[in-house]
Amino acid sequence: MRPVAAAVWAIVVAASVFADEIPPAERRSGYDFMSRETRAMQDDEIANPGMLWVLEGASLWQRKIGTAARACADCHGDARASMAAVAARYPAFDAERGRPINLEQRINACRVARQGAPALSWESRELLALTAHVARQSRGLPIGVTVDARTQPFLDAGRATFRRRQGQLNLACSQCHDDHWGRQLAGNVIPQAHPTGYPIYRLEWQSLGSLQRRLRGCLVGIRAEPYDYGAPELVDLELYLMWRARGMTFEAPAVRP
Amino acid sequence: MANALISVPARARRGEIIEIKTLVSHPMETGYRRTQLGARIPRDIIRLFVCTYNGTEIFRAELHPAIAANPFIVFPTVATESGTLTFQWTGDNGFSATESAAITVE
Amino acid sequence: MQRPTSRREFLRAAGAAAGLGLAAAIAVRPAEATPAAMQDAIRKVVGTARVSPGRVKLDLPPLVENGNTVPLAVSVESAMTEADHVRAIHVFTEKNPQPDVVGFRFGPRAGRASVATRVRLADTQTVIAIAELSDGSFWSASVAVVVTLAACLEEA
Repeated sequence: MRPVAAAVWAIVVAASVFADEIPPAERRSGYDFMSRETRAMQDDEIANPGMLWVLEGASLWQRKIGTAARACADCHGDARASMAAVAARYPAFDAERGRPINLEQRINACRVARQGAPALSWESRELLALTAHVARQSRGLPIGVTVDARTQPFLDAGRATFRRRQGQLNLACSQCHDDHWGRQLAGNVIPQAHPTGYPIYRLEWQSLGSLQRRLRGCLVGIRAEPYDYGAPELVDLELYLMWRARGMTFEAPAVRP
Repeated sequence: MANALISVPARARRGEIIEIKTLVSHPMETGYRRTQLGARIPRDIIRLFVCTYNGTEIFRAELHPAIAANPFIVFPTVATESGTLTFQWTGDNGFSATESAAITVE
Repeated sequence: MQRPTSRREFLRAAGAAAGLGLAAAIAVRPAEATPAAMQDAIRKVVGTARVSPGRVKLDLPPLVENGNTVPLAVSVESAMTEADHVRAIHVFTEKNPQPDVVGFRFGPRAGRASVATRVRLADTQTVIAIAELSDGSFWSASVAVVVTLAACLEEA
């Protein structure tokens, strides 16, 4: 890289690292804040209830559906190969929509456009199963969303949402998750809020759920009006959170309290 | 929903104690929860889990609502002979699920 | 209620007062079980036999992140022979809406008397495991568990 470009790049990088952000070396997955027993539940693929959804997703992957009578497998073959590292780089820019979309939106886009099947509803069993199956293929890999001229504005919008005070409690995500992680909130430890393992089997839900479900739950928790599923604010926030977790290990399907 | 995940060693020595892990998909609705309008959500649980080894029952569990959703049960058995382990879950509303696993005992 | 010093004495004392306690429980139908209701559930399994503390190892985390899913493991010292084995292990709680949690049935083919599962605990409370041996004796172990609740409960 030429010296001038390198200098400009260095300034851009420096400016984008705010003083408040958790230093990369101090970043910890929610896994590290869990008890030994809950970690064991995540690590053992027979004990991890999320694997039940992965298994169903694997079966749906083979099913021919829609007006095209086509299965995911017909285009993508064996998901273990074709979907490796995919979930770890989502949300990703979609040229057709001119903005980043998340994994659930990508799956639905494929269903509609390529299989001639209706989109699956948010948090439906089938959509969770397919998402879990795809996400499982990134387990153990480093998180890495693409940040370039196209995605930067959306990343910035996500960061702004993360730092904006919201709701009746007038709290910003960053106040708990950047400034007070590791401390207790009503008997639970506040994690750093890295989406390292979505979709997760959350003990509180007794079910598998998406990152958007968790974000909406957090918004309700601070007494803010939660954005609708699929809202651009939520996808931008997902993009920011995945960028914030860049380099961390993807753990899906994770187990969380 | 995928019914169940089973972990049984594919092979074992005769007389060896093997560990079997089972995970079955089921909400285990307790019957104590209420909807937002206050109506009680009726109980819907798995009540019985039975494991047979070449037709002989070797383990049984009677479940109550206090068993967590997606019941997970780990139990041992002695590897006596090659054959099939069958797992059956039954419960409310006619729920029934069956899985089996083969084992080679040398 | 004055608590006797040992589990055996507690069960004896509660058993003696069972008649009155049972009638009260049916009439009032409390939202959560009481130690008396748990004792009644235990008596349904044990009958009039004595339950001795010991030989049973009950593993539960002392502090639980979420009461919806609590890992539980029980094991009993036993040779697991035809002549001397564990017939069953029963688990009870004192503060769940119902005292019964699960009953596991074994035979000598088990090889060892050990089992693990995941349970629900409604509140901070004591969990009891009772093992029934082939000679008709009953043994028990109990663990006190602290249950915390999620900080932000979302709408169902």
